Amino acid sequence: MSFLIDSSIMITSQILFFGFGWLFFMRQLFKDYEVRQYVVQVIFSVTFAFSCTMFELIIFEILKVLNSSSRYFHWKMNLCVILLILVFMVPFYIGYFIVSNIRLLHRQRLLFSCLLWLTFMYFFWKLGDPFPILSPKHGILSIEQLISRVGVIGVTLMALLSGFGAVNCPYTYMSYFLRNVTDADILALERRLLQTMDMIISKKKRMAMTRRTMFQKGEVHNKPSGFWGMIKSVTTSAPGSENLTLIQQEVDALEELSRQLFLETADLYATKERIEYSKTFKGKYFNFLGYFFSIYCVWKIFMVKFWSQHISFILVGIIIVTSIRGLLITLTKFFYAISSSKSSNVIVLLLAQIMGMYFVSSVLLIRMSMPLEYRTIITEVLGELQFNFYHRWFDVIFLVSALSSILFLYLAHKQAPEKHMAP
Amino acid sequence: MASLDRVKVLVLGDSGVGKSSLVHLLCQNQVLGNPSWTVGCSVDVRVHDYKEGTPEEKTYYIELWDVGGSVGSASSVKSTRAVFYNSVNGIILVHDLTNKKSSQNLYRWSLEALNRDLVPTGVLVTNGDYDREQFADNQIPLLVIGTKLDQIHEAKRHEVLTRTAFLAEDFNAEEINLVIEKRYFLREGNQIPGFSDRKRFGGGTLKSLHYD
Repeated sequence: MSFLIDSSIMITSQILFFGFGWLFFMRQLFKDYEVRQYVVQVIFSVTFAFSCTMFELIIFEILKVLNSSSRYFHWKMNLCVILLILVFMVPFYIGYFIVSNIRLLHRQRLLFSCLLWLTFMYFFWKLGDPFPILSPKHGILSIEQLISRVGVIGVTLMALLSGFGAVNCPYTYMSYFLRNVTDADILALERRLLQTMDMIISKKKRMAMTRRTMFQKGEVHNKPSGFWGMIKSVTTSAPGSENLTLIQQEVDALEELSRQLFLETADLYATKERIEYSKTFKGKYFNFLGYFFSIYCVWKIFMVKFWSQHISFILVGIIIVTSIRGLLITLTKFFYAISSSKSSNVIVLLLAQIMGMYFVSSVLLIRMSMPLEYRTIITEVLGELQFNFYHRWFDVIFLVSALSSILFLYLAHKQAPEKHMAP
Repeated sequence: MASLDRVKVLVLGDSGVGKSSLVHLLCQNQVLGNPSWTVGCSVDVRVHDYKEGTPEEKTYYIELWDVGGSVGSASSVKSTRAVFYNSVNGIILVHDLTNKKSSQNLYRWSLEALNRDLVPTGVLVTNGDYDREQFADNQIPLLVIGTKLDQIHEAKRHEVLTRTAFLAEDFNAEEINLVIEKRYFLREGNQIPGFSDRKRFGGGTLKSLHYD
């Protein structure tokens, strides 16, 4: 009887999470695009729902809500479903949508997406070889095989992101690092941008006029086609077309310059906004938090195994909430930056895959922060994985990522002021 | 090439609707083989004989400024884009007939371009909803172009075209629906190749691409 009650509670919460994922997808991620393939939205929401359920089960474990046997059952079921989604469904659909975008392969979409999925599975399997993650007594299709590999990928991702975040967070929010940007700087850069555009326009005008006079005189600017065409074009090329190619090269260089200037100007505007934001009340509050977090992050870099058992319980809750929120925000920004109407489906599915793997490995790693008495359920459910390996792997990648981010940001910070001093 | 002859036309619209292909078609009389994502703004020039054949014939260079990005971009990107909206003679709004959101976003695009003179971080009270008043005193001609008509199934075409006709009327704009197919290329002179025959007139004061 209690099993039924527990199951209905779990299912209700899962439906709630599903709804939240659906809304997030519709209102935030896809607000500029039209959803034509509802499959994508469903997959994203399902992945989100099952990922959140795992965290919910951890909290239930700690708070001792629900019957322990039903908790165990739901853990197992949840894990099976999420592995099914992450290893079978999402990669298959990613392959399917990639193939749909390529015109040549459009006819035999299913065939090629199956091929892509098989390639993915091959590399996914090979991933397990160099790592000492399993004891050999496990069978081929066991949960442990799959989850160990998912865990490796997810833990690497988490460590990379955490390392970068640990360094970037103080860099972004502390006003000490904000370069001083004045309106004059921005105006100067804008003027350069417009001058470059004008130069491009005048060159294109010349090209258009040249092409027009050539056309009127009866010479048609043919691109050399075929073998004979190429031989002919070496010996007899009209002077007009030679001129054109020269100007075209200049135009290409100028266009590249204009793109650079555009991006730099956007960067300056963003910095200026950040400066203005830091002067507001909200900004000052986050600045203070930034100092606090930077100390925490620095601590983390140097003293990775600090927190005692009981403080860690509170931290587990905070970590869960902030990492979900942080991940969703980062995914959204990333999605806006790189997607277009053609690739939006593929990118959303990639994000769902990353999100799922991230959450699964969070569960693996959170075991480290949990008090000893609560670790047993995770150990029971996930089987005999070499947890210590994952913790050490996380630490290594975290350190590598943090140090390379420091180097990268240092170089970027150094280079920037000199660029803008240019006349 | 005195500055008096300068005609600047903006080409605006969401990512992936076909602005770069359209501009390439108009200026090079060729179909763009490998469209890639536009960063910032790309410009192209079309030579046009205004009032050809009459004594007042004059050759103009029409500059088509193809501005990349989306309406949901960060405000820093929007502020940077605003520098391109100075002294514009006309605006072409491009939307994808297979994507409804791109048509809805056209309102926000036009507001962004026309409100250039306000403070860049000015508050848009209407929040993207259409407000006819904002276009009432607009002197800049607008042209709405819908692309990818060929990708819509025959049966649905009428419904799509009716919807876009309403859109064009809202803007007081002229409307042309495009099929960019590989067949149409290398036509001569000023003929714009590849247009399907549907054109609608939405309002009185509006002029087409040919300026006085």
